[in-house]
Amino acid sequence: MFELIIGHYDYLFIVVLITIGLYGMIIKKNLVKKVIGMSIFQSAIILFYISSAVKSDATVPILVDELSTAEVITYINPLPHALMLTAIVVGVATVGVAFALLVLIYKRYNTLDEKELIERMK
Amino acid sequence: MIEKNIPAILPLIFLAAALLIPLLGVWKKAVAYPIAILTVLAAASVSVYGFIYVLLNGTIRYFFGGWAPPIGIEYVYDPLASFVALVINFIALLVLTHGYHAVNIDVKDRQVAYYSVVMLLLAGFNGMIITGDLFNLYVFIEISSLSGYALIAVGEKRAPFAAFRYLIIGTIGASFYLLGIGFLYFMSGTLNMNDLASILPYIKDSPAILVSLILIVIGLGIKMAIFPMHGWLPDSYTYAPTTSSSLIAPIGTKVGAYALLRLVLFVFGVEYFSKDLQVAELLAIFSCGGIIYGSVMAIAQKEMKRMLAYSSIAQIGYIGLGIGLANPLGFIGALLHLINHAFMKACLFLVAGNLRVKTGSSDISQMDDSFRKKYPWTMAAFTVAALSMVGIPPLAGFFSKWYLALGTIENNSWFYLAVILISSLLNAVYFFRILEKVYMRSPEKYIPVDSDIAEIRNEEVKPSMLLPAVALAVGLIVLGIFNVLLVDQIYKMMPAGL
Amino acid sequence: MDIFQTYNSIIPFYAVMISLAVVPLIILSDKSPNLREFWTIAAAVIKFILVVSLLPAALEGKEAVYSILEISPGIELALKADQFGIFFALIASGLWIFTSFYSIGYVRCNKEKKQTRYFASFAVCLSATIGIAFAANLLTFIIFYEVLTIATYPLVIHKENREAISAGRKYLLYTLSAGAVLIAAAGLTYSYTGILDFAAGGIFGGLNLSQGSITVLFMLFLAGVGVKAGIMPLHSWLPAAMAAPTPVSALLHAVAVVKSGVFGVVRVVGFVFGPEVMQSYGLNKILFVFAAATIIIASLIALKQDNLKKRLAYSTVGHLSYIVLGVALLSPAGFTGGIFHIATHATMKITLFFCAGAIYVNLHKENISELDGIGKVMPWTMAAFTIGSMGLAGIPPINGFVSKWFLGTGALQADMNIALIILLLSGLLNAGYFFPIIHRAFFREGNGLEKHKEASMMMVIPIMITAFLSVLFGLYPDMFFNFFEIALSVSNSVMKGF
Repeated sequence: MFELIIGHYDYLFIVVLITIGLYGMIIKKNLVKKVIGMSIFQSAIILFYISSAVKSDATVPILVDELSTAEVITYINPLPHALMLTAIVVGVATVGVAFALLVLIYKRYNTLDEKELIERMK
Repeated sequence: MIEKNIPAILPLIFLAAALLIPLLGVWKKAVAYPIAILTVLAAASVSVYGFIYVLLNGTIRYFFGGWAPPIGIEYVYDPLASFVALVINFIALLVLTHGYHAVNIDVKDRQVAYYSVVMLLLAGFNGMIITGDLFNLYVFIEISSLSGYALIAVGEKRAPFAAFRYLIIGTIGASFYLLGIGFLYFMSGTLNMNDLASILPYIKDSPAILVSLILIVIGLGIKMAIFPMHGWLPDSYTYAPTTSSSLIAPIGTKVGAYALLRLVLFVFGVEYFSKDLQVAELLAIFSCGGIIYGSVMAIAQKEMKRMLAYSSIAQIGYIGLGIGLANPLGFIGALLHLINHAFMKACLFLVAGNLRVKTGSSDISQMDDSFRKKYPWTMAAFTVAALSMVGIPPLAGFFSKWYLALGTIENNSWFYLAVILISSLLNAVYFFRILEKVYMRSPEKYIPVDSDIAEIRNEEVKPSMLLPAVALAVGLIVLGIFNVLLVDQIYKMMPAGL
Repeated sequence: MDIFQTYNSIIPFYAVMISLAVVPLIILSDKSPNLREFWTIAAAVIKFILVVSLLPAALEGKEAVYSILEISPGIELALKADQFGIFFALIASGLWIFTSFYSIGYVRCNKEKKQTRYFASFAVCLSATIGIAFAANLLTFIIFYEVLTIATYPLVIHKENREAISAGRKYLLYTLSAGAVLIAAAGLTYSYTGILDFAAGGIFGGLNLSQGSITVLFMLFLAGVGVKAGIMPLHSWLPAAMAAPTPVSALLHAVAVVKSGVFGVVRVVGFVFGPEVMQSYGLNKILFVFAAATIIIASLIALKQDNLKKRLAYSTVGHLSYIVLGVALLSPAGFTGGIFHIATHATMKITLFFCAGAIYVNLHKENISELDGIGKVMPWTMAAFTIGSMGLAGIPPINGFVSKWFLGTGALQADMNIALIILLLSGLLNAGYFFPIIHRAFFREGNGLEKHKEASMMMVIPIMITAFLSVLFGLYPDMFFNFFEIALSVSNSVMKGF
C-alpha cells in the first residue's frame, strides 16, 4: 500500500489536481469557475507529462561537447516538454474560446450562473 | 510526385485557406465563399484521386520534414484513411454548396470569419483521419473541436451556452485522450501508431496499458457522443446554424468514430481489445444503450433538428456496436454505416435547414400537406433519407444494418440483434410521423374540396440549396444498390487479426 | 422433371422493371388523366405478356435466371423465373390488367383525390410483387418484400381520414416488424447454411441443428412472412387496411400483398426448410396448428361482420390459411391444392371485392344489412358475387372446389383426418357468411333503390371476366396457362423423394 504512495508524491499531487479540475468543471454552477476547473485539469495533465520525463542526475537536453549523444541516460527526455508546449498552446486557445463564449452569454443573458441561465432561457 | 504528397496536401490546403480567407477578406468580404468552396472542391478532387491511387498502388506514407518515424511525425494514407477522407470531403463539398445561400441567411456579415473557421474545422478532420501519430491526432482533435465550438456558437440565441457546454465536455474528452496517450508513451516510448502497435504485444500485461485504453475509449467516446457521453450533442446540433450542424453532425462524430476504430482495432489490436479484455463488450453494450435511448428520445422531440440530433446518438451507437463486435462483418457494418449515416444525416439536416429558411422553423407540429406541394423535391429527398434511416432496401441504410445483423449473429449476440431490429422500428415511428404530416391532410383540418391545395404554388428553395440534398438522396440509392463494390474495398482495409 | 435446366434471360428483369419504369411517366402526366391511365394499362399488358412469354420454357422445366448485381458479398440480387414464381407472377400481373380498368372506373366515378399518387404506388406495388415472385434468394425476396410494404402504405392511407391513418399506422407496425424479423431469420439462415438461395426441397438438408435453434428460426420465418399471410394472431392489420379504396383491397389484399405472404410461406416451407426438415423437426405441426386455428376463428369472426369489406377481409384471412394448411400437410396433393388455391382464391376474391366496390360507388352502401334487394338493381354484379362466394364455399363447378378437393385428398394422404374436418367445417362457415348476402340481395325487397342502375361498364366488365375465369378454371384447370399443371409440377419438385 505504502509503496504506491512513497516516491510518487508528484503523481498523487496530479491526481488531486485532476480531481479538483473535474469537480470544478462538473459541479460548480458558475461558468467562470468551470473554466477555472478546466484550466486546472489541463495543467494537471501537463504536469503529468513533465514529471514523468524527469530523470535524476540528468541534464537538460542540449547538445554539449562534454557529454556524448550515445549516453542518453544523461539527458532528460525532451519529447514530453515539446509535446507540452503544444498542449499549453491548445489549452490557451481553449480558455480563449471559452471566455469568448462567456462574454457572448453574458451579453445575451446578463448572468453567468448556470441555474439562473437555464431559468432565463425558458 | 504529387501522389506522395497527398497526405500532407489534404490538411494543409485547408489550413492555408483558413489563413488566406481573413487576409483577403480584409480587402474584400465576397472572396470568402469562393476560396472556401474552391478549397473543398480541390480537397474532394485530391481525395478521389488519392483513393484510387491508394487502392491501386498501396498505402502512401509521408514523413513530415523528412524525419523517418518513430522520430518524425508520419502521415499514413492507407485505404481506410483515404476512404474516410473521401467521404467527409465529398459531404463537405455538398454542404458548402448548400451554404452559398444558407450562410448568407444564418451568419450574415460575419462570413469571412465563419468560412475561415470552417476551413480550420475541415483541416482538423482531415488531419485526424490521415495522421499516424498519437499526439498529432490530439492536436487535430483540438483544432476541429475548437473550430466546432465557434461554428456552433454563431447560431441562435441559445447557441453560445450550448457551445460552452460542448466545450467543457469536449475538453474533458480531449484531456482524457491526452492522459491516455501519456500512459502509452511512457510505457512504450513511442507515439507512432505503427511502431506502438508492434511494441504493445510485449507490454500488454501492464495495467497502465489497460488504463490508457479505457481513457482513450472514454475520450474519443465523448467526441463521437457514445451514450452516456452524449450530453453535449442535442443542444449543440439544434441551436447551431444550418451549415454548421450539417457539417458537424454528419462528419464530426464520424471522424471521432474513425479515430476510435483506428486506435482500438489497429493500434491496440483486435486481440487485446476484444479477447484479453472486455472493453469491446462494454463498448457494444453502451452503444446499444445509445441506440435505444437515442431512438426513444427522438420520438419524444417536437423539433426536427433536435429529433435528428437524438437520432444521431442512436446511429452513432450502430457504429460503436460494429466496432465493439470486433469481427469482420461488424467492421464492415460500422464502416458502411459511417458513410451511409454521413449521407443520410447530411441530407436530413440540409432539409431541416431548407425548411427553416422557408418557414422560419422546423417544428414538426407546423408541418402539413401543403409542404408536399410547396417543396416537392426537398420533401422527396427527405423521404428517401428517412426510408434509408428506417432501413428499407434497397436504400443504403438497409445494408449497414444487414452487415451489423450478420455480425451480431456471428458473435451469437442475440440481444444486440434484437436491439438493431427494434431500433429500426423506432426509427420508423419518428420518421413516419413526419411523412404522415407532410403527405397527408390531417383529418382535423379537413377541407372538402381540393381548391385550396391547387392554389398552393411550388415555392421550392433555390437550386444551390436543393441540389445538395437531392444529390445526397440519390447517393443513398446508389450506395445501397452498389454497396458490394464498397464492401469489397472494405475487406482490404481490415485490421490484422479480425 | 427432376432436374431443372436454367438459361439466362433478361425477361424476368424486364417483367419486374416495366411497371417501375412507367412510374415517372405516370407522375409526369399528372395533368392529363387519360395519358396517365394509358401508361398504367400499357405497363400492365406488357408485364403480362412478358410473364406469359416465360411460361412455355418453364413448362418444359427450364428456368430463366438473371443476375442483376451482387448485393452483398456472395449473395446476388438475382431473379429466377421458376415454375412457382411464374405461377404467382401470372396471377398477379394478369389480375393487374383487370384491376387497372376497374380502378380507372372506380376512382373516376368516386372522384378520388391524389389519383396520380394512387396509380404510381400501384405500379410500384406490382413491380415489387413480380420481384417477390421471381426472387431467386432470400435477400432478393426481402428487398422486394420491403419495397412492397412501403409502396402499399400510400394506398392504405389513400382516403386520408382518421380511420385510414390509424389503419396505415397499424399496417406499418405489423409489416415493418415482420420485415425486421425476416432479416433476422435470413441472417441466421445465412450463418447456418452459408447460402440464401431458394432450392426445391430446401437448403437445410444435411445440417445437424438442434431442435431448439431450428424451431426458433422457423418461428422467426413464420412471423416474418406470416404477417402478410394473415396468419392469426398476426392478421389484424388486414381488416383494418380495408379502409383503403376497394380496388386496393381487391388487388393488394386479395392478390398482391397477402399472396406475397403465403407465397413466402410456401417458399420457406418448400424451398428453404424443405419437407424432410419440416417433418423431422415437427415444424409442420406448428404450422398446421396456426393454419387450422386461423381458418376456424377467421370464419367465425367473419360471420359477425356487418361491413361487407370487413367480412371479405376475414374471409381472406381464413382462405389464406387454406394455402398454409395445404403446405403444412406435407403431402403431394395437399401441396398441389395449396398452391392451386393461390390462383383460385385470387380470381374469386377479386371478384367479390370488385362487387363490393361497385356497390359502394353505385349505392354508397358498405353494410350487409343495407343490401336488401340490390340484386334487382345490379343483377350482373350480384350474379358475379354469387359465383365468387359459391366458389369460396367450395361448390363445384367453380374453381374453389378443385383446390379444396386436392386439399382434402392431401389431408387423407397425410393421414390427418382433423384437417378434413376443418376443411368441411370451414366450407359450412363460408356458406354461412356468404349466403345471407345473396339471400338479401335477391330475395328481399329493397326500398329507395328505384333510381339506381347497374354500375359503370368500366367496373362491371372486369367483374364479369373474373367471375367467368373462376368458373372456367373450375371446369378446365389447365385452360390457357396450365395453372394446375404448374401447381402439380412444383409440388412434385418440392416433394421429390419425400
